[in-house]
Amino acid sequence: MSAPLIEVENLSVRLNTSRGPAEAIRGVSFSLARGETLGLVGESGCGKSITALALMGLLPDSAVTSGSICFDGRELVGLSDRDYCELRGNRISMIFQEPMTALNPMHTIGHQVAEPLRRHTGCSAAEARVQAVALLDRVGLPDAAKRVDAYPHQFSGGQRQRVTIAMALACQPDVLLADEPTTALDVTIQRQILDLIADLVAERGMSMILISHDLGLIGENVQRMMVMYGGTVVESGPTDAVFTRMGHPYTQGLFRARPRLGAKKGTRLKTIAGTVPELADLPRGCAFADRCALVEDRCRAALPESVEVSVGHRVRCVRTDVSMADAVGVLPA
Amino acid sequence: MNRPEPASSAGAVPLVEVKDLVQRYTLPRENIFRPPGQVLALNGVSATVMPGKSLGIVGESGSGKSTLARLVMALERPSSGSVSLLGRDLFALPPDELRRARRDFQMVFQDPYGSLDPRQTIARIVAEPLTALLRLDRAAQRERVAAVLRQVGLRDADMDKFPHEFSGGQRQRIAIARALITQPKLIVADEPVSALDVSVQAQVLNLLQDLQGEFGLSYILISHDLAVVDYLCDEIAVMYLGRIVEQGRPEDLFEHCAHPYTRALLEAVPQARPGSARRRGTPAPTASQSARSAGCPYAARCPLADRHCWEALPSLRDVGPAHLAACHKAETVMSQPFPYASEPLVRGMGVD
Repeated sequence: MSAPLIEVENLSVRLNTSRGPAEAIRGVSFSLARGETLGLVGESGCGKSITALALMGLLPDSAVTSGSICFDGRELVGLSDRDYCELRGNRISMIFQEPMTALNPMHTIGHQVAEPLRRHTGCSAAEARVQAVALLDRVGLPDAAKRVDAYPHQFSGGQRQRVTIAMALACQPDVLLADEPTTALDVTIQRQILDLIADLVAERGMSMILISHDLGLIGENVQRMMVMYGGTVVESGPTDAVFTRMGHPYTQGLFRARPRLGAKKGTRLKTIAGTVPELADLPRGCAFADRCALVEDRCRAALPESVEVSVGHRVRCVRTDVSMADAVGVLPA
Repeated sequence: MNRPEPASSAGAVPLVEVKDLVQRYTLPRENIFRPPGQVLALNGVSATVMPGKSLGIVGESGSGKSTLARLVMALERPSSGSVSLLGRDLFALPPDELRRARRDFQMVFQDPYGSLDPRQTIARIVAEPLTALLRLDRAAQRERVAAVLRQVGLRDADMDKFPHEFSGGQRQRIAIARALITQPKLIVADEPVSALDVSVQAQVLNLLQDLQGEFGLSYILISHDLAVVDYLCDEIAVMYLGRIVEQGRPEDLFEHCAHPYTRALLEAVPQARPGSARRRGTPAPTASQSARSAGCPYAARCPLADRHCWEALPSLRDVGPAHLAACHKAETVMSQPFPYASEPLVRGMGVD
């Protein structure tokens, strides 16, 4: 096994919000091998996007980052802006949730796809344009050669997302971060975009981090997954292992709360009581303690250690013995 | 416009009756020498909702779901067709009567952040439909607001707070309270839970179900999430480019879908189950609303389309008891194995 491409060690980010400092992520560690796909799941405010922004070096200036992000042997925490600009869009790229806001309405799509090429590979405008057309063609934009001079508003949502994918892939990055790439799109378009991303990841041997709140999407698209809550990783492991033997009460709650096609009429959805805690005043212990049915005094005393329940499958809960017995039957076999 | 004949037997009056609704929007003029283009947002939609029953509407963006909702709410006038509420044609009513009739139908919007005025207190937001309808003194008004807030699971003390003090799920509860305060018979909900997190979404869906049981409400629920519609509705209409292409009870629709578009929608839903390998979708070009052809609007995306489909528009016809589909090949589609054939359907598997 070669050295991992990305190694994140004990990463914490503190943001200064109007309500005071907020620990957006606390002690996040993971590694990503070349060609591996990793999923991040969680509700809004759990820190999944902040993790992605930390990797991209796009956190607000006031954010305080500690820990380490090692990318291909290079430390990214504390890297200067100038050095980051060489990586961003070149070796690490990102696809954003809302394709309309990710594109500049004032420039043609051809110009925007060619921009990373011009910046990082130093090719001429004419070469970059030829490559941009090829890229747009590869991401399945119809009539790419003709539409390269069109503006973002002339495209549909799905087509715009294809353009942002072409931008992200222009320099053949080593890692692709996809932050809810299909949330703004229809289900049928979602399938096409995910197929496209999966093909490109396989074709170029890229690593991918896919961020989503949709468990179905994560289950179908990544090899390993992490469930985040209140800024910490509460469960991580191979996707199949997490889905079959989910160990954290929060993961189980997420699965139970989803309405399912064909469920019996009149059944009530199992909700998770309470709401997501404010990041500005997180409890000292387990962030999920206030909503957990299995809570004990020791849960509130200190942040639970993460326990390895099977190979590569870790759960940050002190009550895995009880919770994992409960998990049986959360999902149909 | 004449009023429909009064129904002879009680209980048979449909709560909402939508007949042949057509809505055209004119596009901005692109060329001064040519007439501006038009979009047919709705192209002959008919549906009925019986009291206490719910209709779910699914479809992609641009299929006309929200236009239908706006017309049922009488927020704009249709190009042709009618909407009747309890036998009264909404677009034939004089304005002041329409205003009074509005107490029977209320709306819940998608975005609980955008649909509440940030500068008004919750009491004022929730009481607004009431103040528009009748004169009530302040004490009586506050009493009504308190009662309706309790029904949606909020506290009396929340009345004097402002929207920013609440989470997304709580805001959606406030929006539901505002819809409930006139004691409506129908609530039109346009994507009521799609802006909410999974755990909060379940709370709001349970609330909508409880309220229906308690007050005998009807919902017209618009969603792109088939599972949400399945959970709350007695009947589902699938829309495509301004038409209903399939309509029926959720169990019929999901187990024996008769329109290839419904099947495509079902197949596109990612499945959260262990070891679920990716099912590749077939490439599907999207059709535009302004490009018209004589035949089936879905023909360009349909794997089964033949010449007949390109030439003749299929009409909505019976394919089973209370199950309609607009497809020449409905029988072929129904005889094909169900999209989930490889995975046992979770029917009967409790949510506990």
